[in-house]
Amino acid sequence: MIDFNLIPLLPEIFLSLIGMGLLIVGVSEGNRSTRVICWAAAAGFAIAALILLGVGWETRSVLNGMFVMDKFAGFMKLLILIGLIASVALSVRYLVQEGMERFEFPILIIFAGIGMMIMVSANNLLALYMGLELQALSLYVLAAFQRNSVRSSEAGIKYFVLGALSSGMLLFGMSLIYGFTGSIDFGVIGRTLGELNAIPFGVTFGLVFMLAGLAFKISAVPFHMWTPDVYQGAPTAVTALFAIVPKVAAFALLMRLLFEPFMALSDQWLQIIYFLSLMSMVVGAFAAIAQDNIKRLLAYSSIGNMGYALIGIVAGTASGAGAVVLYLMIYMVMTAGVFAVVLSMRRQGLAVYKISDLSGLSKTAPTLAYAMAILMFSMSGIPPAAGFFGKLLVFNAAVTEGYYILATLGILTSVVAAYYYLRVIKVMFFDEPIDEFDKDMPFARRAVLLISILFVLGFVIKPSVFIENSLSAAASLFTG
Amino acid sequence: MFEVGLEHYLTLAALLFTIGVFGMFLNRKNVIVILMSIELMLLAVNINFVSFSAYLDDLVGQVFTMFILTVAAAEAAIGLAILVVFFRNKGSIAVEDISSMRG
Repeated sequence: MIDFNLIPLLPEIFLSLIGMGLLIVGVSEGNRSTRVICWAAAAGFAIAALILLGVGWETRSVLNGMFVMDKFAGFMKLLILIGLIASVALSVRYLVQEGMERFEFPILIIFAGIGMMIMVSANNLLALYMGLELQALSLYVLAAFQRNSVRSSEAGIKYFVLGALSSGMLLFGMSLIYGFTGSIDFGVIGRTLGELNAIPFGVTFGLVFMLAGLAFKISAVPFHMWTPDVYQGAPTAVTALFAIVPKVAAFALLMRLLFEPFMALSDQWLQIIYFLSLMSMVVGAFAAIAQDNIKRLLAYSSIGNMGYALIGIVAGTASGAGAVVLYLMIYMVMTAGVFAVVLSMRRQGLAVYKISDLSGLSKTAPTLAYAMAILMFSMSGIPPAAGFFGKLLVFNAAVTEGYYILATLGILTSVVAAYYYLRVIKVMFFDEPIDEFDKDMPFARRAVLLISILFVLGFVIKPSVFIENSLSAAASLFTG
Repeated sequence: MFEVGLEHYLTLAALLFTIGVFGMFLNRKNVIVILMSIELMLLAVNINFVSFSAYLDDLVGQVFTMFILTVAAAEAAIGLAILVVFFRNKGSIAVEDISSMRG
């Protein structure tokens, strides 16, 4: 019986059809249809999420084992789709304001989204590579989307060059893994590696190259140098997308790779991930202090946050992996809210990005200031905001497994990081007010901000819902 | 008689890959050279895949190579397009001019 069950692929197939259909609409209607296409894309993501909920998340693989659907994949895809809806909602008005209303924007986001969903479900090196490239190629274009801006095109070049370097390294690693295990299927690789008595040098080498390539994608130190420049240069709506979604997909891919085929090599990758996590936390905390541009600050903050999330992978247990999933979910929601505020930082129709531009925001726009303050408290991990629980679970997983140094360093660096988050609050509440921001805040942006705030504040009421779901999603990685 | 075996192909691929990586970092002149270096890296990977495929007597490696070639073409197209956009704004494609953001 030929294995040709496409049901687990339905969300991806649906999104591809929507993407191609909207492309035709865009070509025939031109750029004035941008807004319609944006909302159609958001609706497409919502419908894909419903389809995803309907296909069933029990573990099964299709297309000769290339594509796997399990609880982990389902949960991560749901997060990705929600993040994509949020980033499309945030960008519609921004496209109009910046005069870059071109219909390709939402379509590129759709294709990036398909790539990310394939990454999460990849069960084979080839599927992994194709998903990763589909995502990366769309994102390169998005970074350079503001064609008349030097910074945006520079961000595009930097992202492209370093992204291509990272895929090159990832591929070189994959070729070595293929050569030394004789297969590109995750299951076969895992079994082959499990049966080996001595790990061949080539496999270790391949693993290191693959991890270096993936570390670029999640911007872990020492592979983070593109992040601040790309975050600063790319149009803010695209920065929001970069901060919210692709990292969730790259993390899901990294976790599947490490916990499924490479579990047998855990004492080798452990040292690398340990180092990446430690360095990311330290650099993310200290480099952000000197920044005066809010987008650069958020770039370093994301580097630091990826470091905290990696702690959960170091712990290497199902509860550690669950903590990572929860951490990513909370980080995603908080970042969406923060970018809703950053996108509203405009004076006389021009976007401003300096932290000092927020001076006295509590007097000129109190609602925005309180919203930002809540998000910043949450980012710095102050209870009872959601950010606290994310950190708590990750550190708890590390302590349970005896990684005291990593957990202690994590807590120390989050104290340092609290300094720059709290500085934003200080500027907003205690500095002399300067000119007001433009009052115009579109409904979609308000909605994203409101949902983000409600999540951050409401998490404490019933944390078990989110925690248990993340834990059971991550547990499906460890059963196979 | 001298036999060309798997290890020779792997060494060649590793050398080409290293040249590609160094070409990216040591080159201070021109972004086009960086694009060429990326291409070199991907082709080195292809040599690896094809030689492993022949050695293991398994076609998967060659299929993988086809995919890499296709993606490399798409990647070059996008890279050149971004480069054209950059050149229009800046009037230069020198590597040291890609430096309006620092810190």
